[in-house]
Order: sequence, then C-alpha cells, then structure tokens
Amino acid sequence: MAASTLKIENLHVSIEGKEIIKGLDLEINGGEIHAVMGPNGTGKSTLASAIMGHPKYQITEGKVFLDDEDVLEMEVDERAKAGLFLAMQYPSEVSGVTNADFLRTSINARREEGDEISLMKFIKKLDSKMADLDMGEEFAQRYLNEGFSGGEKKRNEILQLMMLEPKIAVLDEIDSGLDIDALKVVSKGVNAMRNEEFGCLIITHYQRLLNYITPDKVHVMMQGRIVKSGGAELAQRLEAEGYDWIKEELGIKDETVGQEA
Amino acid sequence: MSVDTKIAFDQDYVRSFSEKRQEPEWLTQLRLMALEKSTNLPMPKPDKTKIDKFNFTSFKHDVPTEGISSLDELPEDIKDLVAKDQQSGNLLVHRNSTPVFSQLSDELKDKGVIFTDIQTAVQNHSELVEKYFMKDVVKVDEHRLTALHTALLNGGTFLYVPRNVDVDVPVQALYWQEDPEAGLFNHVIIVAEDNSSVTYVENYLSYSHDVESVANIIAEVHVGQNARVTFGSVDNFAKGVTTYVNRRANVARDGNIDWALAQMNDGNTVSTNSTNLVGDGSTADSKTVTIGRGNQKQNFTNEIFHHGKNSEGVLLVHGVQKDSASAIFNGVTKIEHGATKSNGDQTQRVLMMNEKARGDANPILLIDEDDVMAGHAASVGKVDPLQLFYLQSRGISRKEAERLIIHGFLAPVINELPIEGVKNRAIEVTERKVN
Ligand SMILES: Nc1ncnc2c1ncn2[C@@H]1O[C@H](COP(=O)(O)OP(=O)(O)O)[C@@H](O)[C@H]1O
Ligand SMILES: [Mg+2]
Repeated sequence: MAASTLKIENLHVSIEGKEIIKGLDLEINGGEIHAVMGPNGTGKSTLASAIMGHPKYQITEGKVFLDDEDVLEMEVDERAKAGLFLAMQYPSEVSGVTNADFLRTSINARREEGDEISLMKFIKKLDSKMADLDMGEEFAQRYLNEGFSGGEKKRNEILQLMMLEPKIAVLDEIDSGLDIDALKVVSKGVNAMRNEEFGCLIITHYQRLLNYITPDKVHVMMQGRIVKSGGAELAQRLEAEGYDWIKEELGIKDETVGQEA
Repeated sequence: MSVDTKIAFDQDYVRSFSEKRQEPEWLTQLRLMALEKSTNLPMPKPDKTKIDKFNFTSFKHDVPTEGISSLDELPEDIKDLVAKDQQSGNLLVHRNSTPVFSQLSDELKDKGVIFTDIQTAVQNHSELVEKYFMKDVVKVDEHRLTALHTALLNGGTFLYVPRNVDVDVPVQALYWQEDPEAGLFNHVIIVAEDNSSVTYVENYLSYSHDVESVANIIAEVHVGQNARVTFGSVDNFAKGVTTYVNRRANVARDGNIDWALAQMNDGNTVSTNSTNLVGDGSTADSKTVTIGRGNQKQNFTNEIFHHGKNSEGVLLVHGVQKDSASAIFNGVTKIEHGATKSNGDQTQRVLMMNEKARGDANPILLIDEDDVMAGHAASVGKVDPLQLFYLQSRGISRKEAERLIIHGFLAPVINELPIEGVKNRAIEVTERKVN
C-alpha cells in the first residue's frame, strides 16, 4: 500500500442554504499530520463532515480527491472503503448493536465476501487495541456509544480508527472533554498509527493536544477559510498569544462564519 | 373493489363438514348456531385501522391433504423449525389445517398430559374440550370473526396439563399452510390446572405470495391457581394471507403467563393479545416484536386487564415499519375497581425506516382504582439519519446499517424472549424481513 493523498480544492459547503465553507484548499499526504485550528463556529466540523458526506451539508463548489478517486461522487460507505475515516465530534449512539458486532461488520464491509476476518483474529486485535486505549473489556459488549461518557466516546472513536486502519483520517475535536490522562491515552493511540502511509487531519481549538501529537503542518481556520498555515511553531504561538494577532494581521473582526469583516 | 363480506358456506356445508370429522353433537350445534349469528354480527373494530377492504372471504376451507409417515418427509424449511425448537419430541404438525404428525412422550402421557389436535381432542375428550371451547375466555358472539371462527373451525391444538404436573420441556405445534389458498381456522386451547406449568410454542408458516387466503386464529389459555404458562409464537404468514389472531388468557390466583410473540406476517393482520388477571396475585408478562413491510396494514392490540388484587402486568412491544407498511399499536392497561395494589406497566416503541412507512402507538390506561401503580411509555420515530451516517462512515452499506439498526431496535425484546427456539427463530425471520 502506497501513501495516499487527500486533495481539497476550492471547497464551498452550505448548510440549509447558508454558506459555511467558502473556498478552502488543503492537501494531506500519507505520512503527514495536519492540524486545523480555529475558534468555535469557524467551520471546522463542517469541513470534516463534508469530506465524509454528512447528509445535511451541501457541497456547492469545489473538488475533493483521494488519489485519483472523486470523493464527492461516492456514497458515505464508499468513502470509508476508499480509505477515509472521520472521528466525529458528536458520535451517534446505536442501541442494541454491540461495539464488537459493529466493528466486525465495519471491518468485513471492506473485505471480499468469503474473506471475512476470523473471529479469533478479530478478538485478538480488538483486545490489544482496547488495552492500548485503557478500555475495559466490557466495552466490546456494550451497545455502540450508548450511555458512554464524553471521554469514553472519544476513546471509542480512536479504537475504531485503530481497528479500521484508514489511509486518511480526520479527527474532529478528539481532545474535547478529556482530562490529561485520557488525552495522553488518545494521543498514544494516534501516534501508534503514525507511519509513512497514514495521513491525518486533526481538528482542535486547543493547542494542548498538539503537545502530544506533533503536527507537520498547522492551519488556522476563520470564516470558513484557511487564513494562515505554518509548521508546529504556529500552534505554539497560538497557545502563547491566542488568535487575536491573526485577526489583527488579517483585519478580521469576528472570526465566526457569516460575520465577514 | 368492494369486498364481499358474505361467506360462501351455508348450514348444509357446515353440518356435513362436522359430520365428516365425526364431531360430537354439541360442536355441530355450536357451529351451526355460530354460522347463523355470524350473518348479523358486526366485524371487529380495531382502534384506528379500517379493515373493510381486508379479505376475510376468499380462501379454500377444506383442502385435501396427504399425511406424512415420518418427519423426514417434511420440506427443509419446516424441518428446520422442528429441529431447532423441538428436542423433546413433543410435537404436532398440521398441514393445511390437517394434523399429519403427532408425538408426545410416554412420560407426559403417563402424567395425564393431553397434547393433541383439536379434531382428535373433540372425539376422545369431548367433555373436556366442551368445557373450555369458546366459553370463559373468548366468546362465540364477540363479533363476526369469532362466530365464523367457531362455525368454520378446521384445525388446532388441545393441550391439557393436570394439577401439579410440571412439563419441563416445551411442546410445539407447527401450522404449515402448504397450499397457498388454504384458509386456516385454528383453535388452540391450553389448560394448565392448579400448580402446573407448561411452555407451548407455535409456528405459523404459509406461501401465499400471489393468491389470497385467510387465517382466523383463536388461542384460549386457562391458567389455574399458581400455574405457570409460557406461550411463544412465531407468526410468518405470507403476503396473501389476511390474519385475524386473538390470543387470550384468564389467569387464576397466583398464576402467571408469559407471552413471547414474534408477529412476522407479511399480510394484513388484526391481532389481539389479552390477559385477564382474574385472581389475586396473578401476573402477566407480554412481549411482542413485529416488522411490517411492503404495503402491509396491521393493527396490534395488546391488553392486560387487572381484576385481582396485587396483580402485575407488563407489556412490551417493539415494532419496525419498512417500505409503505403501516401499523397501529394499541396498548391497553385496565385496572378494575377493587384490584388494589396492582401494578400495570406498558412500553410501546415504533421505528419507521422511511418516509412512506406509518406507525402509531396509543397507550390506553383505564384505572378505576386508587391504590395502584401504573406506568406507560410510548415512542414513535423515524430512523435517525445521523445514526445511518455514522454507521456508513465506517464502510457499512446503507442496507447493512439499516439491518443493524433494526436488529438493535428489536434486541431489547428479542433478547428477553423466554424461549430459546422462539428467540432464534425470531432473529432468523427478522433477518429475512430486513433483507
Ligand atoms: N446543523 C446546522 N444548522 C445550521 N447551522 C449550522 C449547523 N451546523 C453548523 N452550523 C453553523 O455553521 C457554522 C460553523 O459550524 P461548525 O462547522 O460546527 O464550526 P466549528 O466546528 O468550527 O465550531 C456555525 O456558524 C454554525 O452555527
Ligand atoms: Mg466543531
């Protein structure tokens, strides 16, 4: 498996007729970790959801390619099978479906009929990934996200990431609501995925997570666009100085979507 | 198209049908009386479902059927039902309403247990059957369909468990409607005398995909003092069959009934499941799962009537509606005056898989006593698009995601079904109805 590239060109996304993403370009290569940062309400989750094909978001302009495949032409499940993954800011709860069944169904969905993962192999992998994430055994048999605390849901998203091994992953606010120990565990999970082929886009509005997962590139999002890009040092400056200096530099009064300067 | 609600069977036909079956005079007379009454009685009026376009008249009543000499002759799908549900060998198989196989262990025979088809029962145990048939539990003249049921009775089962006898393996009755046009007027009587216990499991199966037929089923359960009955069913009539099914129990002091009903018909269905908690301290637990698909119209009334003091009744219904199917779920908890310290609880949940599917849940609480507890919960909702998105975002196809959600939705009921055979069969049929 060679490294993949996710290429976003001039992306425009609307929700209920209101444009949220207004011409966004981004390229993520396998082996790279990108961070998109920005205050609340600047369109970060919209970007993540649109890439994965969330039914509420309309793409009005632009292109998204995974290598030579047109992502926007694909159904949601096809995007996943092509190698995309989204750790959601607010994962759904599905009653009556155990975590283990769900994961096994997901793994088998990307394998040929007759080539399903053996139960033994699946359990072994699940046990080891759950151990990595300090998740108790009972999580395998609990219903998918049902009654999980915020932190447990985040861990469960990373568990899915580790089980499914996508080419490119988008992690939306995987750090929010985590205490420092949980943050370390989740970071350990993501770092374990790191290799020359795996590309990752980490969305966060705190710099904190990036102390544990060092990004190759950092982008700042405001008003539905990437307004500034840099290396890991950009995240550190944001940590130290906040976002105001960027707003000043660019003449932005209100960074949220729909509040154009 | 207006549907003719007149039945093409007259007094002569019914008399000769009864004669042919060598029935006792009381039954012949009861049939004739019921036929007479049926012409004047109104159709049942299930709450919120119009049934005037349902077919209750087009069917064959008396289908010539060959017997079988061993279970090996059964087709695979029928054999599967037996193999999984029936290790004990206490089995009755009906083919087009005719009994073709019957087996009861010597041990149970020696204890005085009767488990036989209704035709044999009226010949060999006439007085016993007469005592229970359409008397205290269901009445002949409740409406036209109960009367027609009595007049045209052509199949069924009689299960009698004497006082103090525990039947500790399930007994099973299989109603296999091989001829797609065969109508079924099936009557089940279960008598559990005081301090006895029994588990009865029934399976209905038909192949009327393209032609019309009718199933008119009544089950009467008599639960004696301190007796326990578990009643499991997997209904699986094909699209062409209109079903009227009424399963009802009277429970005496400290008696208990558990209902586990997987109502997986593909045709129009009017179903009633009711329990009369007559005696003090009597209890009932009723669980139902159903999946509607195609253009099916169904009405489910699940009811528990509390008469005795300290009686406890719990109703749990989960229904999925797919395609253009529609269903009404009426949950009735009635606590009569004097039924002090009784406890009635009901939950009905309906999940609709798309825009055209319809479902409605009506919790009906009728409480005529102050010193009681009663609870209810009802929910009707469409499948959550975000759940689908979430599952699909992991590579699961839309269809598979829907399948997971449906299984998950029914799981709280299916997992609690008290009979392993019914549970497994319910899961299998769910699988088929979901795909
Ligand atoms: N379902 C929705 N309906 C209407 N507006 C929405 C919806 N979801 C997000 N928005 C709007 O889109 C903008 C960006 O939201 P979001 O992408 O969630 O931002 P972020 O993830 O950066 O906090 C906000 O102004 C928000 O109010
Ligand atoms: Mg967000």
